[in-house]
Amino acid sequence: MSDQRGDMYLVLEDGSVYPGRRLGAEAEATGEVVFNTSMTGYQEMLTDPSYGGQILVPTYPLIGNYGTNPADVESRQVQVNAFVVRSDCDEPSHPLSEWTIHDYLLHNGIPGVSGVDTRAITRKLRSRGVMMGIVTPRSDPAAALQALSAAPRYGEVDVVDAVSTEQAYEWNGGAPAPISSAARSSATQANEAAGRRLRIVVSDYGVKQNILRCLTKRGCDVTVVPDDASADEILRHRPDGVLLSPGPGDPVFLDSAVETVRGLSGKLPIMGICLGHQVVARAFGANTFKLKFGHRGGNQPVKDMQTGRVYVTAQNHGYAVDSNGLPADLRVSHMNLNDNTVEGLRHANLPIMTIQYHSEASPGPHDSEYLFDRFVEMVREMKDRTSAAASNGGASL
Amino acid sequence: MSLAADGYTPKKVLVIGSGPIIIGQAAEFDYAGTQACKSLREEGVQVVLVNSNPATIMTDEDVADFVYIEPLTVPVVERIIERERPDGILATLGGQTGLNLAVELSEAGVLEKYNVRVLGTQIESIRKAEDREKFRALLDELGEPVPPSEAVETVKEALEVAEQIGYPVVVRPAYTLGGTGGGVANDPVELRRIAANGISASLVNQVLIEKSLIGWKEIEYEVMRDGAGNTITICNMENLDPMGVHTGDSIVVAPSQTLSDKDYQRLRTASLNIIRGLEIEGGCNVQLAYRPGTEVAETLPPIGDEEPMYYVIEVNPRVSRSSALASKATGYPIARIAAKIALGKTLDELPNAITKKTTAAFEPALDYCVVKIPRWPFDKFPTGDRRLGTQMKATGEVMAIDRTFEAALQKAVRSLENGRGSLLWEDRSWSEAGPPDLEPDDDRIWKLAAAIRRGKTPEDVSRITGVDPWFTRALARIVNMEKRLLSEDLSMSLMKSAKQLGFSDIQIGTLADRLPEQVRELRKDWGILPVYKMVDTCAGEFEATTPYFYSTYEQENEAEPLGGNRAIVLGSGPIRIGQGIEFDYCSVHAAWALQASGSKSIMINSNPETVSTDFDTSDRLYFEPLDEESVRNIVENEATDNDGDLDVPPSMVQFGGQTAINLSQALGVAGLPILGSDASVIDMASDRGRFEQMAARHGIPQPPAGTARNAEQALQVAGNIGYPVLVRPSYVLGGRAMEIVQSPTEIVRYFESAMRAAPGQTILIDRYLEGVEVEVDAVSDGENVLIPGIMQHIERAGVHSGDSMAVYPALSLNESEVNTIVDYTARIGRALGMRGLMNIQYVITGGGAYRGFGAGRTPSPNGSGETQVYVLEVNPRSSRTIPFISKVTRIPMVRIAVEVMQGRSIIDQGYTPGLAPRRNLVAVKAPVFSMSKLTGVDTFLGPEMKSTGEVMGIDREYEGAVAKALIASGLYIQDNSNVLLSIADRDKADALGLVRALAKAGHTLYATGGTAEMIRALGIDVHEVEKRLAGEGPTVVDIIEDGTVSAVVNTVTGDRRTLQDGFHIRRAAVERRIPCFTALDTARAAVETVHAGSQAYNVLPLADYLEG
Ligand SMILES: Nc1ncnc2c1ncn2[C@@H]1O[C@H](COP(=O)(O)OP(=O)(O)O)[C@@H](O)[C@H]1O
Ligand SMILES: Nc1ncnc2c1ncn2[C@@H]1O[C@H](COP(=O)(O)OP(=O)(O)O)[C@@H](O)[C@H]1O
Ligand SMILES: [Mg+2]
Ligand SMILES: [Mg+2]
Repeated sequence: MSDQRGDMYLVLEDGSVYPGRRLGAEAEATGEVVFNTSMTGYQEMLTDPSYGGQILVPTYPLIGNYGTNPADVESRQVQVNAFVVRSDCDEPSHPLSEWTIHDYLLHNGIPGVSGVDTRAITRKLRSRGVMMGIVTPRSDPAAALQALSAAPRYGEVDVVDAVSTEQAYEWNGGAPAPISSAARSSATQANEAAGRRLRIVVSDYGVKQNILRCLTKRGCDVTVVPDDASADEILRHRPDGVLLSPGPGDPVFLDSAVETVRGLSGKLPIMGICLGHQVVARAFGANTFKLKFGHRGGNQPVKDMQTGRVYVTAQNHGYAVDSNGLPADLRVSHMNLNDNTVEGLRHANLPIMTIQYHSEASPGPHDSEYLFDRFVEMVREMKDRTSAAASNGGASL
Repeated sequence: MSLAADGYTPKKVLVIGSGPIIIGQAAEFDYAGTQACKSLREEGVQVVLVNSNPATIMTDEDVADFVYIEPLTVPVVERIIERERPDGILATLGGQTGLNLAVELSEAGVLEKYNVRVLGTQIESIRKAEDREKFRALLDELGEPVPPSEAVETVKEALEVAEQIGYPVVVRPAYTLGGTGGGVANDPVELRRIAANGISASLVNQVLIEKSLIGWKEIEYEVMRDGAGNTITICNMENLDPMGVHTGDSIVVAPSQTLSDKDYQRLRTASLNIIRGLEIEGGCNVQLAYRPGTEVAETLPPIGDEEPMYYVIEVNPRVSRSSALASKATGYPIARIAAKIALGKTLDELPNAITKKTTAAFEPALDYCVVKIPRWPFDKFPTGDRRLGTQMKATGEVMAIDRTFEAALQKAVRSLENGRGSLLWEDRSWSEAGPPDLEPDDDRIWKLAAAIRRGKTPEDVSRITGVDPWFTRALARIVNMEKRLLSEDLSMSLMKSAKQLGFSDIQIGTLADRLPEQVRELRKDWGILPVYKMVDTCAGEFEATTPYFYSTYEQENEAEPLGGNRAIVLGSGPIRIGQGIEFDYCSVHAAWALQASGSKSIMINSNPETVSTDFDTSDRLYFEPLDEESVRNIVENEATDNDGDLDVPPSMVQFGGQTAINLSQALGVAGLPILGSDASVIDMASDRGRFEQMAARHGIPQPPAGTARNAEQALQVAGNIGYPVLVRPSYVLGGRAMEIVQSPTEIVRYFESAMRAAPGQTILIDRYLEGVEVEVDAVSDGENVLIPGIMQHIERAGVHSGDSMAVYPALSLNESEVNTIVDYTARIGRALGMRGLMNIQYVITGGGAYRGFGAGRTPSPNGSGETQVYVLEVNPRSSRTIPFISKVTRIPMVRIAVEVMQGRSIIDQGYTPGLAPRRNLVAVKAPVFSMSKLTGVDTFLGPEMKSTGEVMGIDREYEGAVAKALIASGLYIQDNSNVLLSIADRDKADALGLVRALAKAGHTLYATGGTAEMIRALGIDVHEVEKRLAGEGPTVVDIIEDGTVSAVVNTVTGDRRTLQDGFHIRRAAVERRIPCFTALDTARAAVETVHAGSQAYNVLPLADYLEG
């Protein structure tokens, strides 16, 4: 390939330097350095908005084996600030592959480093906790560190706004089609008239497309709204249920979202995933805190407290809900078996369910997709009850 | 019903082992079984263990509460159950043997009768998984695709089915022996032929016509499920060799490399779906075929869109070879957890043994690449059919770990010890044109590299072979580095890149025209040293306490020197004929003995099937090739004490078989310390010349011998020492080719072929001494020797000690013979200054080559002079018989040796030098062969070892012991059998006793012409059978194949012709799995005993025999 790949460095804020070879764009990028232990699914990770503001380090050393393709994406673009790998494959082998991982990052303008001891980095983050880092072509660490200290720190800025959609749109499986919240496609209006299909509004804090796919697969019409959409704006879509999406960063920045949830709770069934789960928790007065190095991977064991069953889950979060000081009407429905952190909540008497992990997988095990069924059932029941109530009311007139 | 459900926990559990090592069932089940026994006892459960294989850790008295070394048959195990009254049985740890036996016990109503509950996976689940039809039905129910197939009984049906399925089809005969008669048919013509074959080969005249998936990716998932229904994946694995080559014969990588997340999850979901459907409680192995990549697909019949992305090939509802590999590849102790699950524990209740903090309910994350390469026995069997297919042929395997596939592959190649050394090896015949074909055989990976070296593109190679381009391109990168090393001058960065691709110093030296030692020096000057990274199940996410490391060339080293009192144990590498599980047994005990004596043990080994590579066997494990480079690197990495001062740890080279011994010279040269007998002692014992002088000096007789470089010399030497002579090449070269030669013409023939194999080599010629062979293991402290016991072979000298039946104690040696042997052994130990173990083979001439053992023991002439003792060979190391002799004498040879090496004399250890008093028991070791799996290999016994495993029969008296040894090794002749005899002329005189015994025992005799004559001459009835296959009327082969005869005696003494005559007889017997005796002595022992005491044997725990 024509592109000559020169030296590139990862420099951590503690001054440690990891020299390697350029991967992707020749540019500089800072971000919170995090590792993910999944052995497959690098393209889904790269395009997962929850990585906004971060430098991603997969612990699996051979990245790019099966190339990249138009299908394995979870959002409109690559979302990580930079990508750091032990080695990248420039001769991928897969029927669907269209670009090497290098070309893919190059065309998306994302810089990276290849050929570094990613296990050493992982061990450092594990013991010292996540830290800021810079990926740079400059060979002078001092200069790099300066640039790093000048850059904004992850956790001090709201990343959600950057990754969320500008305006509401209806998900039709393909490219997002912008719409005015008033007028809706005649097709879906017909559906609704028939009362068959369910309408779900998804609050986009950094949604992964597979969440939308999982909903449509279950016969839902899906409308995606910006992270700061108010309760009224959402209700104006006349949804049967609301799903609060995952997303990057610290939930403390999401006061408007918290407000929105307060406005919706009791009115609609709500499912919160990852950041969405944290927003719900805060809405009911629970606290969140930052984990030392987060949960990122496809092998996190989660116990369903009701059934006692254990599920292997896909996870990607740096913050968690504090189990101390949980409001009385929020019950812990799921727990992490590694560190006993909260992995899911259920409201005592409202149709509200949340999970900290990713039932949509992609990447990761599909074991938890059943949770979408639960949500959809919940929504369906609620809808039937209300419409029944309405018709009874009608009859009594 | 699941234990978890009703909270029942057993108090006493019967664990069934897997019996002798055979192809397809190797050391992995000792590893699994041992781990399981530990795991059960942790839970306060008593363990009753039965296994017929003495060379196992699991049959150590301290591994289980009650150890039975007895045949694995329903009657025997029923007697054990009756005696022990276990309330539970674990069926899924003893391989296919254990699984089948458990099913038979249940079908025989034994389990019900003594209400023994099956723990873990239930019999019904096992049936569902094993029975093709049931399995198919279940998978349809689950919506999981299986390749279309149908069972047929005529060629006509076959053709019809093939039309429906579409060509090509695989023909898989039902219930064939050794998978014979199968094949792939690309068109009706081929199918006619193959199906006809298959149908006749099948015992039930039935073949399965199945859609051919040759060329599809072959993927395995190791999965677990507990009684509560929690399911996890331990590891998935991708075969480099696509469908068509047995997974056991495939190069395998973990994790899969060419599957996207969507592919990976699709197969993961399917696998978990299946174990849920089967209600597995424990571990399970799922084999799947996945759609091939573009390049390969182009070469296959078009795959329609409607076709599924994958097919399920097979499920093994038990721990398996693959689960052992998965355990070692991930650090996740599958057998240990499976045992807990069998007790009703759920995954989330169990801690992750590696991190101690997290739980067992998770899926290991790898941050490295693992490569497994099988080890095939064709170096021993040059005449064998080396092609690989759907029938496994490998005896063992090696595993290597690194951060790139290229490096892991090259390290694995280095670990094989098959004379290839590295990927640079090429067969002489390839020199110009390259390999004749790229068909799968034991040299496939070298053929691929050679083809690419000669300019074939990786994609071309992939189209021809079906190997995914991802792998062939990796080979191309290796070849490309070869070219750079050849052309560019050796810079620091080039060296670093080469090391990161797994090139050894030797390889780099060869290519860059340096001596390996120069490369090493240069490398160290440049600071290019390996670092060691940990296998921790979690890709570094959590702190791990496991001391399990692999090398790579990167930034951070995680293996801080251990420091303190410590020693390195060199393991024995892959299981192969001549170096089996026994040496892993010795390595493991060496590690434990070190710990017992207060030092730490550092294990180096490359074999994933073993107990020695279990993460908690030693204080530290390096999963590395056993070659000079990696051993020296490890020694250097460990060479500082706790204060950082230089403190080189010593190595133990005595326990890892020839592999470890061979490293002694290199360590010596490098000036690295060796514990026990040092390099020069080892050389003295191994070097023929030096040993002869020593022996002569100390008056120890050896067979008259000489060497020759050409036929003339050979004829002269042989003439002087007299025929028959035993000839062998002076150094090993693809098969030892040791032969007993009867005549000058034969000598010339041998020389011609030997010279073709290796021009100009020296040939060693010994007088062949016909006599009783005796084997001695001893521990020597330089002053004194301790001999736990003497083992007398049933077969006369000339049958390799590893293939002989051995009897402890030496029942028919007289006092003076015993004394002479003890005396010689002591002299040799002292003369060589041995410190540690030694193994000696003697032959006693005079007094008859065959001496009975039983009641009718032929008394041997007493008083010296009449018989003469010669020493055949001294091995300055542990041996095949160490586990056997340690167990039957309760003298812990390895422990004593390790103590000796650390300076404690035999006397200080409280043992009296000399021969230990005999125990009041008799133990018989019998070899077991895997010939049915090795088409084209001749089965006759000779000086070259051929067996893959062994069993032991132990009892109060010889009769019971030998009967059980025969039963366990499949050589037992049922009462009133029909026996076919075909005896070489030279043996006829010797055979009279045997013939009479057979007749006396009430067997009916069949024989070929000459033999029949001789039998009639004795006035005994015999059915004469046509020998020539062409001949009219039923031939020898017919009466074997149609089951008329149930045992065969066919001897081969004489020239090549005699040998060839019997070949098809012996093969037929093997395929039919009936006893085939090629040594008169074995046959005679078998007949006499069975006649003497049919079935009259005890079934007792080992301890009872020892204490009786
Ligand atoms: N339909 C098929 N087409 C091509 N190869 C096959 C097919 N079925 C099995 N094989 C090959 O045969 C090997 C052995 O088959 P398997 O059912 O696994 O027998 P075993 O019980 O000996 O493992 C497999 O590993 C696979 O490579
Ligand atoms: N001079 C001899 N006379 C008779 N048999 C011999 C003689 N030398 C070797 N043998 C037979 O050959 C076998 C193998 O020979 P050995 O030297 O032990 O080779 P290995 O190193 O493979 O053990 C011995 O076990 C013995 O049965
Ligand atoms: Mg199989
Ligand atoms: Mg020998």
